[in-house]
Amino acid sequence: MAEPAPGHERATRRLWPALALPGTLWLVALFLVPIYAVMAVAFSGNINIFGEPIPAWNPLDWQFATFNEVVADSISGSYRAVWIRTAIYTGCALAICVGVGYPVAYYTARLAGKRRGLVLALILAPWWINYITRMLAWVNLLQDDGYVNKALGIFGFAPVSWLAGNPFTVVIALAYGYLPYFIVPLFASLDRIDQRLLEASRDLGVGMVRTFVHVTLPLSKMGLITAMVITALPLAGDYYTNAIVSGSPNTTMIGNQIELFLLQGPQKNLGASLVLLLSLVLMFFMAYYLVLTQRASRDAR
Amino acid sequence: MTTTTATPRSADPTQERARTWVPPWRNPWRRPYVLAALTWLYILWSLLPVLIAVQFSFNDGRSRSTWQGFSTQWYCCAEGSVGEDPSLLLALQNSLVLGGATVLVATPLGVMLAMGLTRWRSRSSQVANGIAMVPLVTPELVVGSALYLVMVNLYQFVPLGRPAMLLGHVTFSVSYVLVVVRSRLLAIGGDFEEAGQDLGASPLQAIRTILIPMLMPSIFASAMLVFATSLDDFVVSQFLFGDASNVTVPIKLYNAVRSAPTPALNALATLLLVASLVALILAYVGLRARRRGARSALEEIANYG
Repeated sequence: MAEPAPGHERATRRLWPALALPGTLWLVALFLVPIYAVMAVAFSGNINIFGEPIPAWNPLDWQFATFNEVVADSISGSYRAVWIRTAIYTGCALAICVGVGYPVAYYTARLAGKRRGLVLALILAPWWINYITRMLAWVNLLQDDGYVNKALGIFGFAPVSWLAGNPFTVVIALAYGYLPYFIVPLFASLDRIDQRLLEASRDLGVGMVRTFVHVTLPLSKMGLITAMVITALPLAGDYYTNAIVSGSPNTTMIGNQIELFLLQGPQKNLGASLVLLLSLVLMFFMAYYLVLTQRASRDAR
Repeated sequence: MTTTTATPRSADPTQERARTWVPPWRNPWRRPYVLAALTWLYILWSLLPVLIAVQFSFNDGRSRSTWQGFSTQWYCCAEGSVGEDPSLLLALQNSLVLGGATVLVATPLGVMLAMGLTRWRSRSSQVANGIAMVPLVTPELVVGSALYLVMVNLYQFVPLGRPAMLLGHVTFSVSYVLVVVRSRLLAIGGDFEEAGQDLGASPLQAIRTILIPMLMPSIFASAMLVFATSLDDFVVSQFLFGDASNVTVPIKLYNAVRSAPTPALNALATLLLVASLVALILAYVGLRARRRGARSALEEIANYG
């Protein structure tokens, strides 16, 4: 029964593409065309009476003046500081994710023993709590008279104004927000490591640290990279975390700039150009990740 | 047996260890106290703020940072409570309706796509598969702004608001359904439908009477995941909601958090939490139905991430 009979082959030849057609058309119309619309707006050369760009649907009409200006401003102009800040915040938040998330994922996958189900459920829980709710919870705690400052007061520290453009708050909030998305894929990868390899290493008298460096870490490298890419992509495009816990221009990230141009002003071509630029920067990571997952799913078959 | 750090499993090397002291980091049998403490601290850190926020939804005063006693007035029926403020109720209603509609459109679309792409092996199916995976790794900001620009400039027949939000939510949900259902399709293989067809079923009959029932738990689970994801979405909704009558709960929370919020906001967030939790529990039960044991169902959900 491994090979279907020729009759089935003929009957199903049209069926499977027909089933795949509606979903594929949907994604073309509402994913690929919208991405093209970003390019049409970014490369628009004309504005209408409201000062909004008229999209250039024909690639022959594309004007690159706005995009070039945005690129120049990003390299050495007004957006430069915003890009650098975005990179620093993303990098710091990602470092916290690795530092906190790896041990947690490792413990859950390998060592939690009979409490494993409970630990896993608790680690998955934030995934299902609305992101904005989780940020709102922190805003409650970090208010000037909130629990955090009260706790600091007990130890004799002066209250800190956390929510007035404090970069430290933004980085911690980003790490807090994205840690669940980092831990879960890493957990899945650590969970697949063959326990016998670690036992072999231990039985051969290798200490915990060297077992980790020479066995666990290389085996989980792929999972770690996947987790970092999955986390870094939304992190770099985040704007709401920043707006909720800071809202100050001192902590503006590139996402805030894009939201400002697209939703709060007529300069949509600037916003679209920044979206394109951000996508190009992230494209490298996205492509890398897609290659990794394709390879993994091919192996799974 | 004086070394308290040794586990009972390592009965025989204990005596030797008592003679020559081994530093803890060299001892492979040591219990992972540090890792355990770190993990529990992380869990506390990740969940405690939310629990405190839920607690303040039951506050007896207007403060969201000072506890003034227990009351359910912010659910109903103080002034400005969820039950009394039409804008809060409307947001809750919008979120639930949008989530339900997204499930109704995205699930069939995704299931068909999964069946088509898994069983249809050709170069075009690989291309279609690639297109279906890209939304999963595209930052929400890019998806949201792209959908916004296309709705405003090209699909002008789709008004911003519920129709545009529905299209947007379905777009990012289809890929989730695809991933969940495809993993199940790959696991059950093609033999069952072929057996059905050998016994005289038409291809469509084979799908309807054999494949769909076998896929039911994962179809149900993916529907619940889609519902929870739709409730959770902020970015796509914010780009497409149009005017105040279409605001969803996350947008309402986002807009209110910087103005003068009352515990009614916490109550609204708590209600949303309960809705996602119910969807999650249903998804869990659905997955559990096909794989006995709590652990494996949880791991299944973890692997979909």
